[in-house]
Amino acid sequence: MPLPIGDTIGILADNLRQRRSVLPIPVRAATRWARGLNLPRGGETVMYTGLMFQLIPYIEAMSGAEERLGDSWLAGFTGLGRQVNKVVNISAFMARPSAQAQAANDQVLVNVALLLKQAEVDFGYLYEEELYSGALIYDLGVHEALVSHARKVYDVLKKHSVKNVITVDPHTTNMLRSVYPTIIDGYDLKVQSYLEVLAEKGLKPVKTLAGEVAIHDSCVFARYENVVDQPRDLLAQAGITVREPEDAGKYTWCCGGPAESLYPKKALANAEKRVAQLKKAVTAERAGGAEAGVETGITMCPICLVNLQKAAQESLRFQDISHYLRQAYCPQAEVK
Amino acid sequence: MAVAVLNPDLVDMVRRGSHDFNASACMNCGACSAVCPMGIQLLPRKLFRYVLLGMEDQVKENTETIYSCLLCKMCEVNCPGGVHIAENVRSLRHFINRQVFRL
Repeated sequence: MPLPIGDTIGILADNLRQRRSVLPIPVRAATRWARGLNLPRGGETVMYTGLMFQLIPYIEAMSGAEERLGDSWLAGFTGLGRQVNKVVNISAFMARPSAQAQAANDQVLVNVALLLKQAEVDFGYLYEEELYSGALIYDLGVHEALVSHARKVYDVLKKHSVKNVITVDPHTTNMLRSVYPTIIDGYDLKVQSYLEVLAEKGLKPVKTLAGEVAIHDSCVFARYENVVDQPRDLLAQAGITVREPEDAGKYTWCCGGPAESLYPKKALANAEKRVAQLKKAVTAERAGGAEAGVETGITMCPICLVNLQKAAQESLRFQDISHYLRQAYCPQAEVK
Repeated sequence: MAVAVLNPDLVDMVRRGSHDFNASACMNCGACSAVCPMGIQLLPRKLFRYVLLGMEDQVKENTETIYSCLLCKMCEVNCPGGVHIAENVRSLRHFINRQVFRL
């Protein structure tokens, strides 16, 4: 079912305006990861998830429904109509996320929080007050909806007297660090990704890991935000051998994820090309005489992870970088 | 032969999406098309030229191309002219959203 682009963008923008997220999810699903971590509410420095990892299980579930329907998960949305969605949150009825996917994505956020604690960063969290960054709406060019939403995000941060924001994923980093200052007068927050914070703090590993991984740079981290060296340095210090694919660092090859919402088949074809590059990066070393390593691809973005894993199926296992960093840099007692 | 109807205000209309729109910096070298992961042949050189020339219909005819762009900046990092390609594409989307989809 081909997607009507205008209706689809309209629904996403309506959701952001009315429900403060392109894909509204329950508060419990957004904040569950922080349970038991005793993070203070707010503070001068906060860890800001932007709900990206929490949204992924819902997108995956809708994506599964999409395959049964034959095209994008948003086709179901548009079939029911933009007008209906204005009254009833359609996404709440479309698909139920898997508990496994939710646990895996929550774990990334737990990993990041533990790493920040280990680096002795004094930080809080905004819990149910935290909002999605508006990244998708920015990319789709709905400028007016973005400006209004960015203001809401900024107001929440100012309400809590936040000065420093530590982000987890590249898209939220880009929005809060590079996009918001262009649309909000007087924007004065310092924004860093946790990878930059850990590298800056000079965090030392407590355990040396072995093995090799193929690294996949996020386009947004590498080309928009210049986060290239930090993940490599952190992995290398941890004892991990990082294999570079043909296109890496500043010249990384996109996972295709940004096309997922409108053109899922094109997104998948692009991801398949990238998976082939990453597999080659690991197996080329083996052909050169090295022993077979664990064929793992490392990602730093939830969209990259889900899109590449979908394309790779069982041929390559992808892990978020925090999975390795937590093992190397956090004492076992603190590892969930 | 079809005659193109030109809209001299097109560049200004597209610029409403972003003041950063700098299509005139494009030298039409084609490096962007050569490195595009999506294999998009048209974007951005021809498309930007349409905007600069005021060829509104041709821009609107390429809606799918405009929304297919990954905004990954592989083109931009290889562009010798310093064209803000991703931001320009976002501006075009803003234009289409308003003029075609009435969002």
